[in-house]
Amino acid sequence: MALMTVRRALVALLFFSAPLLAQDTTSRGVRIGLTYDPGSKPGIVVLPGRGAAADSIRAILSRDLDFGDRVTVIALDAAVLGDVSRAAAPNWGLLARLGAAAAVQVTPTTTGVHLAVYDVKKKTTALVKDYAAPAISEARGWRAAMHGLSDELEESLTGTRGIARTRVLFERGKRIWIADSDGEQAMPLTDAGTQSGAWNHDGTMIAYSTLIPSQIMVHELRTGRARTLAGGRGVYISPVFTNDGTSVVYGHGVDDGVDLFTASLTGGGERRLSIGRGSDNVQPTFSPDGRRIAFTSGRAGHPEIYTMDSDGTNVDLLTPLEFGENAYRSSPAWSPDGRSVAFQSRIAGTFQLMSIGLRDRGLKQLTSDGSNEDPSWAPDGRHLVFVSNRSGVKQLWVLDVETGRARQLTRGAAVRNPAWSSRLSSVN
Amino acid sequence: MIHRHAALSLAILLAAGGLNACRRKVEPAPAPASVPTSDNSAQLAAAAAQRRADSLAAARSALSPADAQRVQAEMAQTLAQRIYFDYDKDQLRDDARASLDDKAAILVANSGVALVITGHTDERGTAEYNLALGQRRSAQVKRYLESKGVAESRLSTQSLGDSQPASQGTDEPAYQQNRRAEFEARNAGALVRPRS
Repeated sequence: MALMTVRRALVALLFFSAPLLAQDTTSRGVRIGLTYDPGSKPGIVVLPGRGAAADSIRAILSRDLDFGDRVTVIALDAAVLGDVSRAAAPNWGLLARLGAAAAVQVTPTTTGVHLAVYDVKKKTTALVKDYAAPAISEARGWRAAMHGLSDELEESLTGTRGIARTRVLFERGKRIWIADSDGEQAMPLTDAGTQSGAWNHDGTMIAYSTLIPSQIMVHELRTGRARTLAGGRGVYISPVFTNDGTSVVYGHGVDDGVDLFTASLTGGGERRLSIGRGSDNVQPTFSPDGRRIAFTSGRAGHPEIYTMDSDGTNVDLLTPLEFGENAYRSSPAWSPDGRSVAFQSRIAGTFQLMSIGLRDRGLKQLTSDGSNEDPSWAPDGRHLVFVSNRSGVKQLWVLDVETGRARQLTRGAAVRNPAWSSRLSSVN
Repeated sequence: MIHRHAALSLAILLAAGGLNACRRKVEPAPAPASVPTSDNSAQLAAAAAQRRADSLAAARSALSPADAQRVQAEMAQTLAQRIYFDYDKDQLRDDARASLDDKAAILVANSGVALVITGHTDERGTAEYNLALGQRRSAQVKRYLESKGVAESRLSTQSLGDSQPASQGTDEPAYQQNRRAEFEARNAGALVRPRS
């Protein structure tokens, strides 16, 4: 009872009744100079807003900020929440006691949402802004707008843009599926017998392969139109777009191994890149500057990761050659900062994610729980989506490589082969 | 293994009939059209005599309809029989070679039959590398059959990687079932028995 009274008193203190003095301060990309302990993540309170969709918005925003791993979202218990939802303005003292560097409030408006960010240390309103958003009934577009707001908010708070407004391709039941970065809006995109989905640079197109007949397809997301880019005898495997989105590089082979080829979206046939001499060369991944390609090759008798120039010259073994039981390294993913390549490596009968530095060849093991495969980088270069059987069934998980924190992204039937999009600007 | 031997013995047993069938196949081609037409009647008579002799020979070695059906089924089964591979390997094991030898004999005796070879892998490792491995397995099979006299144009290869496991298990016996090549004969009507 006494505790209750104290809590109510605190809540009463949390907001005072004077109207907010708001000023439209920033445009996109401006960082709020928050004050918080160096080496720690700033604490953020997401305040309840008013209006029909406010709870949904608060949930999405809180989750996006949490998944970004750059701020600590401070949870408010139900009693506090109920009371503060009736208050009008922040109480700096209580916010400070909760450990918040900033408080955020989003309120639905007739045309979208209204955002207010409060700097707790300075006791000021740091940012107010109105965002356009489609009606909540248009779930996909509305959610995309909310994720975009989260990303901008994260940039304002931390200086680094978030990755909430991105999507992930994966395989389920031999079809390519697509889902938002938070796992919502998951749906199949392609027919049965398709695999290896890959994004183009701006997230407007995907490429994938079909099994029989084996082909490389390109698929425009806005129209849903798919066409064959390459196909014929043999296998067509693991397409990726070049960084400018004008061509696709993929593995192709008939009876003499599989080599990497490139084909332009505007036609002109395919051009061979790798010289595998009967070995298998698949899973290309471009360096951010587009000059190098890392790929999986069996040229040493078992799969290892190699790099080469984008025209196929200057081939170099990247992963340390190791014969024996554990000689299996594959699924390279070049990091967005260009400094390392993530891949999967067999360790004691399971696969684990590793990364290797391009400069020093320093190896880091990123996972150890269950078997972990198929890494793909988020555009922030900090998160990896991958397949893990740690929950029993192969599901997508997201790893923050800086803290080691992992969260499960998909649930349900088994999945594999994820591909994380770039930051998206349009709703496809 | 037992099955294969049974099929083989049956094939040997019936080799006499097969010989006749094959002889007809390798009969010299008719003379070119530029040959004077006065020889035609003699050629036609000779051909008729040959047909009559073949027909008699066939009648002498004829199987009962049930036996003939069984032989056809055995040959179809031999063609379709799966072969198996070691982990992450495309090399042909002895058991695979033996099965391919039986297939090659039938294919050589039946030049109209085409064979689609599909390589499969177990689920371990990377899906995309497995697709390439399956292709490498089917290509290895194709090369071997070519070396046994089957024309390249009659053999086509494809891979399903790990996408169509024969067994859903996740232990070595299941994986072994899945590391395989499968065969589909095309244009295989009534098959001619191979020479032993």
